Amino acid sequence: MNIVEKILARASGKSQVAPDDVVFAKVDKVMVHDVSGPGVLKVFDKLKNKGVDVSKLWDPTKVWVAEDHFVPSAEKMSAENIVKLSNFTKNYGIEKHFKYGMGQYGICHTLSHEEAMVMPGDVYVGGDSHTNTTGALGAFACGLGHTDIAYVLLNGQIWFKVPETDYFKLNGKLPDHVMAKDLILKIIGDIGTDGGNYRTMQFGGTGIDDMSVESRLTLCNMTTEAGAKNGIVEADQKVVDYLSSRGATNAQVFKGDDDAQYANVYEYEASEMEPLVAKPFSPENVAVVREAPSVELDKSYIGSCTGAKYEDLEAAAKILKGKTVKIRTEILPASISIYKRAMENGLLTIFLDAGVTVGPPTCGACCGAHMGVLAKNEICISTTNRNFPGRMGHVESETYLSSPMVAAASAVTGKITDPRDLQ
Amino acid sequence: MKGNVIKYERDNIDTDVIIPGQYLKVHDYAELATHAMEGLDPDFHSKVKEGDFILSGKNFGCGSSREHAPIALSHSGVKAVLALSFARIFYRNSVDGAFLLPIEIEEDAYHGISQGDEIDIDISKNEIKNLTKNQTYKMKPFSEIIGKIIEAGGLFNYKP
Repeated sequence: MNIVEKILARASGKSQVAPDDVVFAKVDKVMVHDVSGPGVLKVFDKLKNKGVDVSKLWDPTKVWVAEDHFVPSAEKMSAENIVKLSNFTKNYGIEKHFKYGMGQYGICHTLSHEEAMVMPGDVYVGGDSHTNTTGALGAFACGLGHTDIAYVLLNGQIWFKVPETDYFKLNGKLPDHVMAKDLILKIIGDIGTDGGNYRTMQFGGTGIDDMSVESRLTLCNMTTEAGAKNGIVEADQKVVDYLSSRGATNAQVFKGDDDAQYANVYEYEASEMEPLVAKPFSPENVAVVREAPSVELDKSYIGSCTGAKYEDLEAAAKILKGKTVKIRTEILPASISIYKRAMENGLLTIFLDAGVTVGPPTCGACCGAHMGVLAKNEICISTTNRNFPGRMGHVESETYLSSPMVAAASAVTGKITDPRDLQ
Repeated sequence: MKGNVIKYERDNIDTDVIIPGQYLKVHDYAELATHAMEGLDPDFHSKVKEGDFILSGKNFGCGSSREHAPIALSHSGVKAVLALSFARIFYRNSVDGAFLLPIEIEEDAYHGISQGDEIDIDISKNEIKNLTKNQTYKMKPFSEIIGKIIEAGGLFNYKP
């Protein structure tokens, strides 16, 4: 069995599973945030009206909560949702609640790895589509809606159809100025936004072995944009060390069997990769940066679960050091822990000296909610994950998706720029 | 199940146009319905009627896991979405929450059914009748688990 089949077999108490089997899997960790939490409570209300007992969760120690989409609250409804979330964790005895304004908090997917919330081999579900991110730790990490999360919270398990797995093999080390973001854009450009629908996208090969855990997180994060049920990288010693440095000393190397089967194998040569963008209005609308349209940008945005991890900020700082931005540029570290490291290591000074505004962790502008949304006809280059119409603001605004290096280089020139071409 | 069709002849209708991100903070189902399809068709709310169906191309509902998407459509009166294919979370949310039926169709139905046609969906026969044009098309059958959850009226009523 491959790693996903092994995880789902273990979680459903079976010795063997195969693609298309339907299993009820026991869940190891579940996450809700300030959008899915109130959504789940609404489901609880409906159940209560039908006489279902919703007074207790199956296991509050396995539940954790993030505040990320609408913090800091821009208006009353968002503020009220945060109050609902606080009441939820208080009433149900959930201790792991990362609150805005109280030490460590940030984007849920970022906390999943920064706080070592998920272990290799876990079944981890979250009320957010980019839950796929955390598959980089060797877990089966899958996004679900409110009803399914409510079901998990009450029953501790959920049904899955065992997915077919496609294996994406990267041979060799990515060249300088080419990031994991470029590789995942390349893959989505090749297979399309439904190329991974219902499937697992697994990453491996010498190029993945060589990659940092954070880069692997970027790959798994955007498997969502190919429609995948989950993304995964087998957990090697790097993952174990990464988790151990964050206080989780019980993580273990976890891999598929030697005779693991894959539906398709796609091979990529790292040396052939170059900086890419996804043009409006789809993550599959991919172009080489050097051949991208020469548009006048209004804004560069370096933020989100996809593009504001420590390594992303470090890459942006390399480009921005000693430069001045020509367009409105915002950098929002994805968690307080990352923010603090960026401060301690001088990255924030580099950003501020370049004229960048540094903001607090939030999903805000990535999903067009608040904190820097786009006006009509504005054009943005962004390290985020989606560029559908209206995604980051007005339905007639445009977003180009890129790596942090490309977003930083473009901030300096005001046009879509390959970091290798920056003087 | 009879109803009239609102047709969007395009692929990849994503959750950001079905219910834009700024409304994710809204959890009142009736209010969500007033913003359904706002990113693509601002007139949707004024034209949709109770019992209507949406017809579209490939990968309907791609993007976010927001259950707001099937909720907004369902509380607008939409009873089923017919599409060449569905993104997995939208499909799953529609069925597990018992909001609407996601019906997978073939090219003949996609091209044969026009805006405003009255159709009759018979899931027991996996058949769609176009009452306006007097044509019949096959729908793809539900998988066993999906069929059972639909029959039960959602995941919470389903006994494994």
